[in-house]
Amino acid sequence: MKFETIPNSRLLAGLGVCLVVVFYCALLVGPVDISIVEALIDWSRKESSIGSLILFDIRLPRALLALFIGATLGLAGAALQGLFRNPLAEPGIIGVSNGAALGAVLVFYFGYANLAWFALPFGGLAGALASVVIIFMLIGDSRSNVTLILAGVAINAIGGAMIALALNFAPNPYAIQEIVFWLLGSVSNRSINELMIALPFMLLGWVIILYCGRFLNALTLGEETASSMGFDVKRLRWFLVIGVAACVGAAVSVAGNIGFIGLVVPHLIRPFVGYEPRRLLLASTLGGAILLVVADIAVQLLSSGGELKLGVITSLVGGPFFLFLILKTRNTLL
Amino acid sequence: MSLLSGTNLSYRIGNLSILKAIDIEVKPGELVGLIGPNGAGKSTLLRLLTCVEQVHSGEILYEGRDVNELSTEERARCIGYLVQGAKAYWPFTVEKIIGLGRIPYQKWWRDASVEDDEKVLQAMKITETLAFRNRIVTTLSGGEQTLVMLARIFATDPQLIFADEPVAALDPYHQLHVMEILREHARDDRAAVVVLHDLSLAARFCDRLYLINHGELYRAGTPIEILTAENIAEVYGVKTRITGDAEGVSVIPVSRLGDHHP
Repeated sequence: MKFETIPNSRLLAGLGVCLVVVFYCALLVGPVDISIVEALIDWSRKESSIGSLILFDIRLPRALLALFIGATLGLAGAALQGLFRNPLAEPGIIGVSNGAALGAVLVFYFGYANLAWFALPFGGLAGALASVVIIFMLIGDSRSNVTLILAGVAINAIGGAMIALALNFAPNPYAIQEIVFWLLGSVSNRSINELMIALPFMLLGWVIILYCGRFLNALTLGEETASSMGFDVKRLRWFLVIGVAACVGAAVSVAGNIGFIGLVVPHLIRPFVGYEPRRLLLASTLGGAILLVVADIAVQLLSSGGELKLGVITSLVGGPFFLFLILKTRNTLL
Repeated sequence: MSLLSGTNLSYRIGNLSILKAIDIEVKPGELVGLIGPNGAGKSTLLRLLTCVEQVHSGEILYEGRDVNELSTEERARCIGYLVQGAKAYWPFTVEKIIGLGRIPYQKWWRDASVEDDEKVLQAMKITETLAFRNRIVTTLSGGEQTLVMLARIFATDPQLIFADEPVAALDPYHQLHVMEILREHARDDRAAVVVLHDLSLAARFCDRLYLINHGELYRAGTPIEILTAENIAEVYGVKTRITGDAEGVSVIPVSRLGDHHP
């Protein structure tokens, strides 16, 4: 396959326009037809109409969550693929997303989920933080990427086992259903408050990751060369782990595990940025946002009766699509 | 004054001593060769001199200043390091790979400047890689890839170049090409240090040689002084035929010596 590298500004502008369009579409989608313009007029006059309520309390938080979480997953995937120099890395590989999921599941398990709206996101963030601490302890002074991946495998295994344990001893079937549905990953029925909890962590993670862009470019020549080019490889790897943990942990805390975005998006965009890890970061951020907003629109259009979960559809579409990509590019794959 | 000097350099991994009390000096205008058997510690020495690894004892001075006093950025601009078997992990174009050499001059939010582009172009001219600037680096031959990796270093425009076995696995044409480029670089206030296994190339191109064995400096001196049949037999455990003519000295390994235990 041959792709033309597109100039950075044009690519980002194109993706940006795309994002605006799909975001607007996302606001239009729902069981009730509302006029966005009327809703905005009502809102600006501080009149509460059905339209403005639906727009600001339901659709906007949902679309914004999909946007920010998609962006986070796209960016984190691109960052880890750059760090490991492997197109098969994804945000879950260092174990933080499973750690965050476990934190949230424990909140469900102990019945705190309905006590306060912030219990779940905080549980998730605590889980993400705990995973980072464990990674720190496991890795110590090692400079090997393999140690980092193995630490991720260990945390994923422990997190998975603990989640299974929580399900096993769940106090009642309703709790099981709650946990399972939450784990599937969704952005529906979230308020703007949850977004506001997650947003600072996401933005912090984004800034840290974007700061490491040059380092990721230098890593194209290997760690030793990057080190000779003035990069403190160990320290910057920690920056990336912390950046990914902050934004992915926050994303999972409010929306559960949404798979494949972080794997597929960087893969799709990479040829258009000439395989450059640094340029891939921003482009994948926009690409991830677009893809998840579109997926959430699809979820709403396809759902009848019981709601199809966002995480289910991304995996359902993402898995085969990724297979297709591998088949198509296996000769050029690294 | 020497461009770079290392005094009493030691390095350990756990209790295993890799390098013991090595002294090395690189003067401006010199092409210095590091030779010695596999596992002697040549690559480790390069990693120490390029600050990729920290010495456990000893001192490295760059133009009279302790290297640790230089900022990482300064160091990256002054010292270029071509690692052993350098390769690209992503299928970049040649021009993009060489552009990576400009990273020490760029801020994290900024793209390449006009000056960066000029330096890249100049590096491509020096290394004769201009012809395949738009090719994907991973599709090039080994010789061409080495030239590209070398060009990346020239784009940084460093004073001092370290190259770890740059001509290993290259055909004679590319071996000479790479050595000529390094030789050309090591003039005036610039210098280069190169790890070599081809002793004839070392004899022909280097001003001085450091012969390293078991993590220690065995001998240092001009190629004529170092490349004697006795030294080579002692360190490498091979019998050699050494011939000289107008083109320089040639060292031809003839047979292994039975009683050598490396």
